[in-house]
Amino acid sequence: MKGMFALGMMSRRGLMALALAGTAVFAGAPAFATPKTAITIGMAIEPTGLDPTVAAPVAIGQVTWQNIFEGLTTIDKDGKVQPQLAESWEISEDGKTYTFKLRQGVTFHNGVPFDSSVAKFSIDRARGADSVNPQKRYFASIEAVETPDPSTLVLKLSEPAGSLLYWLGWPASSMVEPKSAVDNKTTPIGTGPFKFVSWAKGSKVDLTKNADYWNKSVSVKLDSAAFRFIGDPQAQAAALRAGDVDAFPEFGAPELVKSFEGDKRLATVIGNTELKVVAGMNNSRKPFDDKRVRQALMMAVDRATVVEGAWSGYGTPIGSHYTPNDRGYKDLTGVYPYDPEKAKALLAEAGYANGLTFTIKAPQMAYAQRTSQVLQAMLAEIGVTMNIETTEFPAKWVADVLKAADYDMTIVAHAEPMDIDIYARDPYYFNYKNPAFNDVLKAIEATADPAEQERLYGEAQEILANDVPALFLFVMPKLGIWDAKVKGLWENEPIPSNVLTEVHWEE
Amino acid sequence: MIRALHRPVLIIGFVITVALFAVALLSLVWTPLPPAKMNIVHKLNAPLEFGLLGTDQFGRDVASMLMVGAWNSLSTSLLAVALGACVGTAIGVIVAMRRGWLEVFVMRGCDIIFAVPPILSAMMLGAFIGSGRFTAIVAIGTFMVPVFARLTLGAALQIWTRDYVAAAVGMGRSKSRITLVHILPNISNQIIVQVTVQLGLAILTEAGLSFLGLGMPPPNPTWGRMLADAQTYLGQAPWLALMPGLAIAFAVLGLNMLGDGLRDLLDPRNDG
Repeated sequence: MKGMFALGMMSRRGLMALALAGTAVFAGAPAFATPKTAITIGMAIEPTGLDPTVAAPVAIGQVTWQNIFEGLTTIDKDGKVQPQLAESWEISEDGKTYTFKLRQGVTFHNGVPFDSSVAKFSIDRARGADSVNPQKRYFASIEAVETPDPSTLVLKLSEPAGSLLYWLGWPASSMVEPKSAVDNKTTPIGTGPFKFVSWAKGSKVDLTKNADYWNKSVSVKLDSAAFRFIGDPQAQAAALRAGDVDAFPEFGAPELVKSFEGDKRLATVIGNTELKVVAGMNNSRKPFDDKRVRQALMMAVDRATVVEGAWSGYGTPIGSHYTPNDRGYKDLTGVYPYDPEKAKALLAEAGYANGLTFTIKAPQMAYAQRTSQVLQAMLAEIGVTMNIETTEFPAKWVADVLKAADYDMTIVAHAEPMDIDIYARDPYYFNYKNPAFNDVLKAIEATADPAEQERLYGEAQEILANDVPALFLFVMPKLGIWDAKVKGLWENEPIPSNVLTEVHWEE
Repeated sequence: MIRALHRPVLIIGFVITVALFAVALLSLVWTPLPPAKMNIVHKLNAPLEFGLLGTDQFGRDVASMLMVGAWNSLSTSLLAVALGACVGTAIGVIVAMRRGWLEVFVMRGCDIIFAVPPILSAMMLGAFIGSGRFTAIVAIGTFMVPVFARLTLGAALQIWTRDYVAAAVGMGRSKSRITLVHILPNISNQIIVQVTVQLGLAILTEAGLSFLGLGMPPPNPTWGRMLADAQTYLGQAPWLALMPGLAIAFAVLGLNMLGDGLRDLLDPRNDG
């Protein structure tokens, strides 16, 4: 009887295996009776360290944010602020006191419990005099951090900061533990669903599931995750096809995306990033100090053609320094639409009837080089000669353009979400000065009402669309290519990230 | 001329080289389409679907770009080789005339230049004066100098041992006059052969520099950059890589065959 039963089981299992093998042949994928619990994520750029609170490269957050590190608040896949290590908060009438109720029972990966003293340490470390936090200015309005009891944190501000809750969700605002903070660059310790295992420099970072994760409302299905760094797009494609990499959330070359179309095993998911490709102009240098010249150049550009020529048609044209991911987004591509005749007339009105000549300092990245070439051809149509000077990014570009502002025009993709305030910064490489714009941005911080903020963000977008401090071109697409069985990866990227919390393999 | 007809290598090399120059010169007055004209509607069209050799990712005509690329490549290479040949030959004959410590000094200097590949020197030069055609010419030309200096020195030293040179010295002719009247004319064959061979090498190096973005800036088409741009389109538009690749291969092959053929033809030992 026992033998019979076993035999029956065997044959049943045999049949199942056969059936599975059959589907596998059709699906072209290896068969797994149970879903996989490991994933390998591909990234083009290796982070320079693993502590998002001390260095700017977005690759750091793309490995660690929400996987290893968490913040008081977080930003969800729709770009909205959600509570995380702070359960709830209250904002005083005048908008200058934020009282956070902190979550209990949260421990760091090294066993240290999270409480208000840890939160105070993290914020003081980020805003301190010798802080190297990449978003240090966001903490500037914080005057004092108080900890009345272990589960309460009070932030006293010198002036209202309406975006504070949003900023606290950024990778740079991650909560770090006092003892281990110094070593986070190489061995990051956070409160997230994954623990750091190892970093093979030049190759990959390994993470493993944090069995003691505090948030029981999410079920983390992955047991382990690896980030592999592959710079060359051809190699990225090969790794995806071979299954060495399960997902490339930000695939490098749009022209290769179509080659995945016939591949049933891989899914192509095109979303929006926060990467705004803009051709910044030196607003204090002739002839760009004349608004009409900038507007004329904008009208000489056919954004749809730019996207088609430079990025194989993937990407969304923009009319201001804002993406469709961002709250209060307005489509302003119609403010100065493509009209070469009008552009010529406006250029003549500004005193450049015979055209003009200038140089664009373009980084070596494919998007910058190709967009520059398309712009060059388009500007030639209205009699403008644009010379392309390749400027090595980041070192030389940062020194010449960002720091010294020694340039006519440049082109770069701005990666930070909701960074429209860069046009109000002084100094900043655009050398754009408009008090009316600065006032709108101040008003945004003065209110904590989301609806009012969105209205003001709309106003700010409109000012830029009319003033054209930079040629607003397009938002880079998020070219996600991954195994069709992988679910839970973000389609859009309201903040640069690879959140693995909900990632799982379909059965 | 009759002898030349019996040398297929020479003839093939000659034909390819003439064709190359013809196309390059033609591009100055005529191309099927303006080479920098973008036409996004017709992007990545296959050969003959739009234009003779198809279009690139911006819808530019590949045939027109190749033609202008031929001129850009040839003119840069010719100037570079001219620079190398003039300076190198001058150094070579002067050293052959003076010898002594100068010979040691110059030859070690040549070794040093040989030790640095032209791509590397172009990158260093580009960092100082910015990349572009001038940088490419100077970098490639500098690398050619020791080649010609060594060749000329060796050849000139041989001529200096000839009886008629000894006679001229005996008659009290000055060394520089002997160099001009006897040495240079007698080594010119070898220099011409070397120029042809170096021209092929210069085209290859120029393509390499352009490939790395150290050549002429856009919108000037160059074979090297066309090749570099084609990399990620290899799967969907293989002609983009194939065409400039073939152009470079044929140009170098043609010039090398011409050089080999000329060497055989002009070598007096081959008279028989």
